[in-house]
Amino acid sequence: MVARTVVGMEDTEQRWSAEQVLALAPDAASQKAGTRLAVPGPWSGTGTAGASEDGGGAVVWGLCAGSGSRPYRTAVDLTGPAFNCTCPSRKFPCKHAVGLLLLWARGDAATDADSGTGIGPAEPPDWVAQWQAKRTAAREKSPAGGGAGAADPQAARRRAERRAQRVAAGAAELEQRLTDQLRTGLAAGREDQRVWDTVAARMIDAQAPGLAARVRELGGIPGSGGDWPSRLLEEYGMLHLLARGCLALDAGPDALPGALSDTVRSRVGYTTAAAELLAGPTLRDSWLVLAQQDSTEGTMTTRRIWLRGARSGRPALLLSFGAAGRAPEVSLPVGRSLDAELAYHPGAVPLRAALGPQHGSPTPGHLPPGVPVGEALSGYGEALRADPWLDEWPVVLSGVVPIPDPGGWQLADVDTDSALPVDPRRLGRPGLWRLAAVSGGHPVTVFGTVGHRGFTPLTTWPAGDGRAGEAVAL
Amino acid sequence: MTITEHTAPAWEELVSAALLGTTRRRPPVGVGHEHDDAAFALLDAAAVATVRRRAGLLPARSAPRPAPAPDDPRPLPPPAAQARLRALLNDRTGNGASAGGRRGSTPSLGELLPQWLAAAGQHGYRAPDAALPDLLDAARARTDLRPDALTLAGPRALWLAELNPDWKFALRSGNRGAAGDAAADPEAARRLWEEGLFAERVALLTSVRERDPAAGLALLGSSWAQERAEDRLLFLDALRTGLGRDDEPFLERSLTDRSRNVRATAAELLSALPGSALAHRMAERALSCVSLDRTGVGPRIAVEAPYACDPAMERDGVAASPPPGRGERAWWLGQLADSSPLGVWPAQFGGRTPGQIVALPVADDWQPDLHAAWCRAAVRQRDAEWARALLGPPPVPAGAVTTAGDPAKLLSVLPEGERAVWVAEFIAGHGLSEAFQLLGACAVPWAEPLGRAVVDALDIAREAGSYPWSFSGVMGLAERCLDPALADRLEPLTTTQEDPGDASPGAGSYWSEAFQRLITTLRLRATMRTELQQ
Repeated sequence: MVARTVVGMEDTEQRWSAEQVLALAPDAASQKAGTRLAVPGPWSGTGTAGASEDGGGAVVWGLCAGSGSRPYRTAVDLTGPAFNCTCPSRKFPCKHAVGLLLLWARGDAATDADSGTGIGPAEPPDWVAQWQAKRTAAREKSPAGGGAGAADPQAARRRAERRAQRVAAGAAELEQRLTDQLRTGLAAGREDQRVWDTVAARMIDAQAPGLAARVRELGGIPGSGGDWPSRLLEEYGMLHLLARGCLALDAGPDALPGALSDTVRSRVGYTTAAAELLAGPTLRDSWLVLAQQDSTEGTMTTRRIWLRGARSGRPALLLSFGAAGRAPEVSLPVGRSLDAELAYHPGAVPLRAALGPQHGSPTPGHLPPGVPVGEALSGYGEALRADPWLDEWPVVLSGVVPIPDPGGWQLADVDTDSALPVDPRRLGRPGLWRLAAVSGGHPVTVFGTVGHRGFTPLTTWPAGDGRAGEAVAL
Repeated sequence: MTITEHTAPAWEELVSAALLGTTRRRPPVGVGHEHDDAAFALLDAAAVATVRRRAGLLPARSAPRPAPAPDDPRPLPPPAAQARLRALLNDRTGNGASAGGRRGSTPSLGELLPQWLAAAGQHGYRAPDAALPDLLDAARARTDLRPDALTLAGPRALWLAELNPDWKFALRSGNRGAAGDAAADPEAARRLWEEGLFAERVALLTSVRERDPAAGLALLGSSWAQERAEDRLLFLDALRTGLGRDDEPFLERSLTDRSRNVRATAAELLSALPGSALAHRMAERALSCVSLDRTGVGPRIAVEAPYACDPAMERDGVAASPPPGRGERAWWLGQLADSSPLGVWPAQFGGRTPGQIVALPVADDWQPDLHAAWCRAAVRQRDAEWARALLGPPPVPAGAVTTAGDPAKLLSVLPEGERAVWVAEFIAGHGLSEAFQLLGACAVPWAEPLGRAVVDALDIAREAGSYPWSFSGVMGLAERCLDPALADRLEPLTTTQEDPGDASPGAGSYWSEAFQRLITTLRLRATMRTELQQ
């Protein structure tokens, strides 16, 4: 048994918020099932312990009575976090892990302590200690950074050259498709969306997933009503611009300015491994977690976490992915601050970043400083100048009043008649009504993203009301 | 990228060239020197125009702003309670998934939402603003939640409901806030009464009646002649609040109303006023039909049911034609007896108490009709002594369960403690299978000895290896109504037993799971209560 700091856990490891735990759940059904299990009843033998000396993280564990005769053993390593449960569920983390964490998260409420059912500090039982030892061993065995690829720079360079050729060929093919369609006219063959699915597949073959994603969008536009020819021509133009960028990359190292060529590369779908980025310069700041949003496409969940540096004032976007019933790995508490290091992906408008070392647990956040509507739009325009393909630009609006209107929502400056329309694609979302409810017709601070079709509100902070800094996710 | 751009072409022209195809319509762009291809030049021009448009977006002109929501000075619940509300609202939508399958040992949070809302309302809290949309959605789906949900949600919810047609119901049923404000100010009340929507007016009338019944009556009288029949019916029904002697002349006039439903409601209200002239007239009729007969071996009740329903009876609200399958005379008798003040009967039967009167034999099989009418009268007149007499002691185990009226309704007239004792004895004798409705009539949380009686009966059913699913209704009720203090007493019942030979297969583990869920839910209710008090 390894020596541990059994007592004093509360000092080092702050209990999480329920929202933070729920964000770990792979889907809404797991959230609900976990919430139902977040009661003392089914649990026994619960406990929590701080980090062990041999590198095992702080853990929470418990036995959960299920339908079988033998209770499930559930354990969570909080620094990861990593989950282990003997239940047969294929969800990850399973509802037992979510329920256990919720129960633990609520632990500091006086009520649980009174009834003696809260999760308190304890010595981990053998099954927990063994699981952690196994994890530690596995971690030490895996090489720190650098896969087998790095061992052979020659092969890596040959692969890169092959990819560059494929991408350039793909871009040329795409240009051909676009001009062909324009010669015969957008109206011709607009019913057939599959044409563009085929082209998208060709772009995947060409190892240009960024082009493929944009191409796939084209197929849906003619069916979206209204001024579709105008929107379709805009997207043709932007895709054409990107394809031209690809070809310029291929033309030589100096055909595009450095930052722009980085932007084109990232828009086309070249990625840089997080480890590689973090090996370079990082920016340490107190990052306010502005929003965390998940979107699902097929079986893949994409999580976007928006941050803002308190000292640098810089925005950052963390992307993480979860496949087939697994939640994306990173989950950060909205409205709280995080002392951490980030490394930006290269580009003309540094936005996407990789999360590096965190220093301590998240602390209570603050009300972020914001701008009026006009300034938000000009900021978006500035960013577009450097990266014309930018779809969403993060902005904190302050002193704005949400105006619900059946014809389209707006966020209006409190003391001018300037307003920012809400992106019509967001109109059905329940979050808008939550925004209206929080505002009650009074000005609020709202974080969201600006795109060319309007604003997408993601988080709001009620004005005044004593408890400033209390973020409400939308 | 080189674009020779002489003048910026209008976007519309680019779009029409793109739509028709560059082979048919030449785009209004100079063909670049790189390519002599019109389609290519069009793409270049489109890209430039698109980036220019996007980067140059200007703010729109703001639409008319909604007036700010009125302030709600009530305090917010403590943070733990707010988190609990979020969890309860979040679980609400998940019921569909679990309804069909087994419930397992975890509590059904959606069922606890009504209790939470009621308790939070008693503390005088307001709902957190961010929770209002979910709360309104919950109240929209479940009408039983509406009064408590809308009280908690307060004026901001009504403000939202004005903006979102999905929540219009809140303005209909929940306008008590505005109506309550107006009720305090006679001038505002008059204005709202004259100009308000129908629902607002009903709410206003109810609020005014709560404060000052006479003022409410005056309000109604001021416009009575102009109201539509179906509106009159609901307005009249609102007089139930604060009903008293002063309402009698108005109700008496309404007995001649053009609408039959209005007449019937007026008669029903008058019969609930024991001193009213209508009650007196009904009593005279009833007393002429029901009397004490001393000619036999022992005293008994003789009944001479009416032979006709005359116009005067009809004017007093007696319905002339019986429903199918019932005799006319019995139908009329029942209406006379249930509209008469119960206070007239002791004198008619030689000073006997209600208990003694109920015990008297009734001649010629009239007992069921007569007792049923008395039961209705006891419930309508909230007469505990008669209710107790008609209910009798809980039937003994061997005896058949025969009560004239609906025992659950009669129970509702008795004081809470007495109700609990009666139902507890009933359960001790009969078990739970017929107790569901009776339990529903008891105050929550169940007072002792009722809680113990239910737990014991469940334990007996478990020991006997009963088919457990037939108790799921009572179990669900127990989860919501048992006193949380009983949780510890239930703990031993959660052990899984070997199924006895004649038991339903799998019953043992089901019972254990059900008790587990019961305990968990009780503890959760206790926690919820504490959270609200912090």
